[in-house]
Amino acid sequence: MKRHLISAADLSRGDALLILDTAEELASLADRPIKKLPTLRGRTVVNLFYEDSTRTRISFEAAAKRLSADVINFSAKGSSVAKGESLKDTALTLEAMGADAVVIRHGASGAPHRLAEWVHGSVVNAGDGTHEHPTQALLDAFTIRRRFAGGTRGAGEPPRAKTVATRGAGLDGIRVTIVGDVLHSRVARSNVLLLSTLGAEVTLAAPPTLLPLAVDTWPCSVSFDLDSELPKSDVVMMLRVQQERMSAAYFPSVREYSRRYGLDAARMARMPEHAIVMHPGPMNRGVEIAADVADSARSTIVEQVANGVTTRMAVLYLLLGGTEFPAVAQ
Amino acid sequence: MDAADPLVARRDGLAVLDAEEIRRALTRIAHEILERTHGGDEVILLGIPTRGVPLARRLAGRIGEFEGLEVPWGSLDVTMHRDDLRLRPARALGRTELPVGGVDGKTVVLVDDVLYSGRTVRAALDALTDLGRPRTVQLAVLVDRGHRELPIRADYVGKNLPTSQREVVHVLLAEVDAQDAVMISDEGSQP
Repeated sequence: MKRHLISAADLSRGDALLILDTAEELASLADRPIKKLPTLRGRTVVNLFYEDSTRTRISFEAAAKRLSADVINFSAKGSSVAKGESLKDTALTLEAMGADAVVIRHGASGAPHRLAEWVHGSVVNAGDGTHEHPTQALLDAFTIRRRFAGGTRGAGEPPRAKTVATRGAGLDGIRVTIVGDVLHSRVARSNVLLLSTLGAEVTLAAPPTLLPLAVDTWPCSVSFDLDSELPKSDVVMMLRVQQERMSAAYFPSVREYSRRYGLDAARMARMPEHAIVMHPGPMNRGVEIAADVADSARSTIVEQVANGVTTRMAVLYLLLGGTEFPAVAQ
Repeated sequence: MDAADPLVARRDGLAVLDAEEIRRALTRIAHEILERTHGGDEVILLGIPTRGVPLARRLAGRIGEFEGLEVPWGSLDVTMHRDDLRLRPARALGRTELPVGGVDGKTVVLVDDVLYSGRTVRAALDALTDLGRPRTVQLAVLVDRGHRELPIRADYVGKNLPTSQREVVHVLLAEVDAQDAVMISDEGSQP
């Protein structure tokens, strides 16, 4: 594995499986009386959040604490950033404080990449602009793998009742449809890269205005018609319509978007019996996903949050748990 | 102490125990466990991955044959509790699987293939503390090769094997390595 986790493209299939297998072992920690491991004792993890976030920040904080690391939370609001401090100067401050890992969320695509040049510790991208969010993709892959346990299931075969041993298994042959605002979504890009690395067949279903320019170079297929994709999907991943990033009119009205690309009960009924519904959160209920779909038994949304902690523990352990990388010693 | 490449061990190594001797050693340990725990009451066998786990399973099977007693067995991964984590790149985790009922109030017998520095056992004791509070903890190993770095000793030993620190001991088990053998070879450096 590389020293930083900035893009899902940094992960080979072997790396990704190592993270998922590690997460699988760490998942049992949640059932134990003492939900803590001493592994990262004496290491410092800084959560550097320039954008608002609930689940990602809490999830990283919980993951680091369960591994006994010291956690420093930094949010741009109420810090010197409000006085105009640059990313580089903030980075140098963190460096001086001896951060072993910096988890960064930033509104600008590429900020983690720049940060990695300035700090000695590992940089983990927790979402940068409209670029990537690799740990979200990892937790999604983990959730899918647990549900499908290896994915060697034939088309007509019923879903597996319980999570079985999944160690070492990829997502080969699982059909994932990612729906909605791909253009502004870092989750979509990371998921396309990671899921295809793991062998899944990914399809993007979105209006043409919400697809990025070079989408034809991505390792996935593209469709403008959600209804024709639903019966073929094992996993339907809904994306949030990111109104805060929209500076122009990408669709005529929210209502029309919801009619064509929103997942409601009628659409869910067209999905195969075993198919699951995912959403990275936060949801716009009634826009991209209907409330009864979000709360249905086929939705993995709450499971995804729980899996987020385990997956991020695996990432932090694999980045920080071993020898310090040679670059640090120099 | 794991066999990195069984072929190398087979070619260069000197066999210390063969399959039959391993079988006899385990049979004796199984009898000793029964004797020392007053018939195996409330005993749990926990193997330390990788090769402690098949050994724990074999011991449980042996005790079952002798006394018709089903001894719960499981595995205890100690990776996250090791004291040498920062000396090597992060390694993959093994599996921790406890028998139903957990370890509270039980006599836990830790099972491993080789006892050497004692550091793995120390990590195992820490890992066990996080899982519950056993009444007693005992240690069974197939090979004790000496050179302890911590005040730890085994309760049940398959074979005491005097070694030099230059030598490497490989335990091969059919479940993992397709054959049963204990080999010793002079590889000049420790794994």
